[in-house]
Amino acid sequence: MAILETFLGPLAPHHLSEVIVGIVLMLLIFIVMWKAVVPMFEKMYAERTAAITGGMEKAEAAQAEAQAALEEYTAQLADARAEAARIREDAKNQGAQILAEMREEAQAESQRIIAQAQAAMEAERAQVTSQLRSEVGGLATTLAGRIVGESLEDDERTRRTVDRFIADLESQPVGGGQA
Amino acid sequence: MNLTLPLIPLEGGGYTPPGTQDFIWPGLIPGLDWANKPFFQAVIGALLVILLWVIASRRLKVVPSKGQFVSEYFYDFVRNGIARDILGPDYRKYLPYLLGLFSFILVNNWFGQFFFFMYPAFSNVGYAYGLALLTLVIYIGAGIKKHGLGKYLKQSLIPEGVPFYLYPLIIPLEFLSNFITRPITLSLRLFANLFAGHLVVMVFVVGGWFLMTYPSQSAGDEVVPFFNVAGVISVLFSFAILFLELFIGALQAYIFTVLTAQYVSSSLAEAH
Repeated sequence: MAILETFLGPLAPHHLSEVIVGIVLMLLIFIVMWKAVVPMFEKMYAERTAAITGGMEKAEAAQAEAQAALEEYTAQLADARAEAARIREDAKNQGAQILAEMREEAQAESQRIIAQAQAAMEAERAQVTSQLRSEVGGLATTLAGRIVGESLEDDERTRRTVDRFIADLESQPVGGGQA
Repeated sequence: MNLTLPLIPLEGGGYTPPGTQDFIWPGLIPGLDWANKPFFQAVIGALLVILLWVIASRRLKVVPSKGQFVSEYFYDFVRNGIARDILGPDYRKYLPYLLGLFSFILVNNWFGQFFFFMYPAFSNVGYAYGLALLTLVIYIGAGIKKHGLGKYLKQSLIPEGVPFYLYPLIIPLEFLSNFITRPITLSLRLFANLFAGHLVVMVFVVGGWFLMTYPSQSAGDEVVPFFNVAGVISVLFSFAILFLELFIGALQAYIFTVLTAQYVSSSLAEAH
């Protein structure tokens, strides 16, 4: 040390141990920093970064989900609208069809009723005609017999007379008959 | 009033000015003269650094508490402000050394301003030499590990674009500047700042105290407390110097760490 001091003056270390102690202490500190301190801090930083970016990712995912849900709902709404329109259209068409069918049916029914009534009327008329014919014949012959005083009991003759009379009636025009 | 004040004689006046002898400490353990005050301070400083950082690194939370906020501030100061800025993406490997270096120097420098110690360990040049040597080993090792011995030596001794006939001149110069002056300036800068700073503080405190307690001299029949007033001012001023020393201590710790990072970075660089 004495030799160093003569050359370096105050720049010579007082004890060589100072240099060694400085190095040893610094190495000790370095080892603790290397093994314990820095890894802990870096781990915490990594966790913090992960927490922040994770939160951001989560928020982004939630937003995307919300967007997707909104789109889905919009699509569903549009579907529902189209469906409603379609159903309304169908209903309208069906209604028109039903109406037409009903009308047709009613017409057919009315035709049927009319036809039935006509047939009944025809039958009744025929019946009445034949009844009338026999009654009017009988009556006329009776009356004629009374007026003529001649027995018209002879069936053969009577029938001929009545038939002729009716044939006359029928040969007369309708207008004439009414007049 | 007599205006010519008698000066206190420098020699034989009972006043010993602070000097280099104040930086020589006796051994505190009998038989071990190197186990002196600076030695114990350095050991306590190192233990304090280790203890504080180990406590700080326990139970680190993603959401920091107040204490963690402070330790993170210091950690980030070295990590982002020094290591990452200078070393770039490779900084993780060197961060433990830089962090330890900064904390160790800072704590020991601030010992110069704290009760009980009142002495910066790095004003003993040996400790500064030790740290500079370690830094030298680390930046040479970093260069060799990255480039291999031959390429590293070539890179650090021959700057790019120098014609071959200048090699005899440039190689010794580069060797001096990269492997000799770097550690010497590193250690001397740290040592000299703290040495001088401590000396200035001592001058103001010791000298001021001496003047303050100097028996008032009589000039003629008047009592003139000139020296005592000057002593009070000097002692008060020493507090301002102490604050300046706090700043210088932090600054020197920062500079030592930044230069270490800088030297490592220049060793790692692809080309100069």
